[in-house]
Amino acid sequence: MFGTFALSQSDKRPMYFQIMEQIKQRIMVGDWAEGQPIPSIRQLAVDLQVSVITVKRAYYELEREGVIVTQHGKGSYVTAIPGLGARLREQELEQHLEQAARIAAQLGMPPKRLVERLREAGDRVAEKDKELI
Amino acid sequence: MNDLAVELSGVSKKYRYFTLEDIHLKLPRGQIMGFIGPNGAGKSTTIRILMGLVHQDAGEVRVLGHRMPAEQVAAKWDIGFASEDMRLYDSMALDWHMSFMQSIYPNWDASYAQILLKRFGLRAQQKMKGFSHGQRVKAALLLVLARKPQLLVLDEPTTGLDPVARHEILRELTGVMADEGRSILFSSHNTQDVEQISDQITFIDRGRIIDSMDKETYLDRWRRLRLEVPLGVELPPLPGIVGVQRQGRLAVATSNAFVPDLAHAYEYTGVRVQSIESMTLEEIFVANVEHSREEVEA
Repeated sequence: MFGTFALSQSDKRPMYFQIMEQIKQRIMVGDWAEGQPIPSIRQLAVDLQVSVITVKRAYYELEREGVIVTQHGKGSYVTAIPGLGARLREQELEQHLEQAARIAAQLGMPPKRLVERLREAGDRVAEKDKELI
Repeated sequence: MNDLAVELSGVSKKYRYFTLEDIHLKLPRGQIMGFIGPNGAGKSTTIRILMGLVHQDAGEVRVLGHRMPAEQVAAKWDIGFASEDMRLYDSMALDWHMSFMQSIYPNWDASYAQILLKRFGLRAQQKMKGFSHGQRVKAALLLVLARKPQLLVLDEPTTGLDPVARHEILRELTGVMADEGRSILFSSHNTQDVEQISDQITFIDRGRIIDSMDKETYLDRWRRLRLEVPLGVELPPLPGIVGVQRQGRLAVATSNAFVPDLAHAYEYTGVRVQSIESMTLEEIFVANVEHSREEVEA
């Protein structure tokens, strides 16, 4: 069930962060539905062959972000918010936009120019998608 | 019941050319501790003391609630110990060793032993003298794992193994953690193994414990800051920075007590923080040994 969790040692991000990302991915694509129970910390640690404390950290951070809920003695669940997957995708977009804004500011690029560049990027993506079809 | 699998407090041992000084460490039950340090740092001596094989000059050692070395006979039923120099009889086959263990330890799990034989690719009828180094290590681990002890103490269990064999061993060790009551303490040079499977990390150098804490907290404290120092700006000395390497306008600062305020403090003095990177245990290991040696020598 968890075989497709692949943690990378060449990935510069900490292991707990990679676990968070992969759980969110599962929710975003709909494999893990809202309200669905997820493996216990210990179970996931054994399956991923990583320390319990790393998975614990990932679950703790996910709980703080409101992505999962842990009930004492009952285990953890994906938070039962309709549209959680879509909300996570929205957050991902937000992060990328902020990152782009930050780099643009470092380059001294005016916001208007950044908006134009984004439009151009959108055109390029649409073009590439057409090529694929 | 005591919730600590291993507890050392104020343990010392003096040899002619080496002193183990004031060792404190705690391993809670249900956790894995990775014990790391350079060659000759005192890892094996510490392990021998906690096994009751070497008697400390001072300090308290408790293993699964038993005082060591006084209660080592009682403690050893529940401890599985494997090290490089574990005695296996060359003229006997692996299955002879397996029956021998089975005859002594009531918890011996014969079906798990068969599974391990297959997973480790070992032949039970083969005599030990024909085993390669890697096969010998795996055989020794099989013999302790199949006893299902409450505590596994492993001295360098992955040293000299190929990547596939290492992976098999790590898989068995993390598998042990499915049982909340069982614990593992292992020493290693391989920081990647320690980083992957440990809940607790203990760092030893030159007979002293440098750090001992849970892995997530530990990794979280260390950061590398890539800095740009504009002309006319001085790079300020800041608390929590243990090393700075500078080349022209670029500098890399290493922190062992990172908080976001540290980056703000640089920015405040006009230094630009280009990026803040987390560090691997390997990088921390090197930085930490260098830093602690500088401190000792200063």
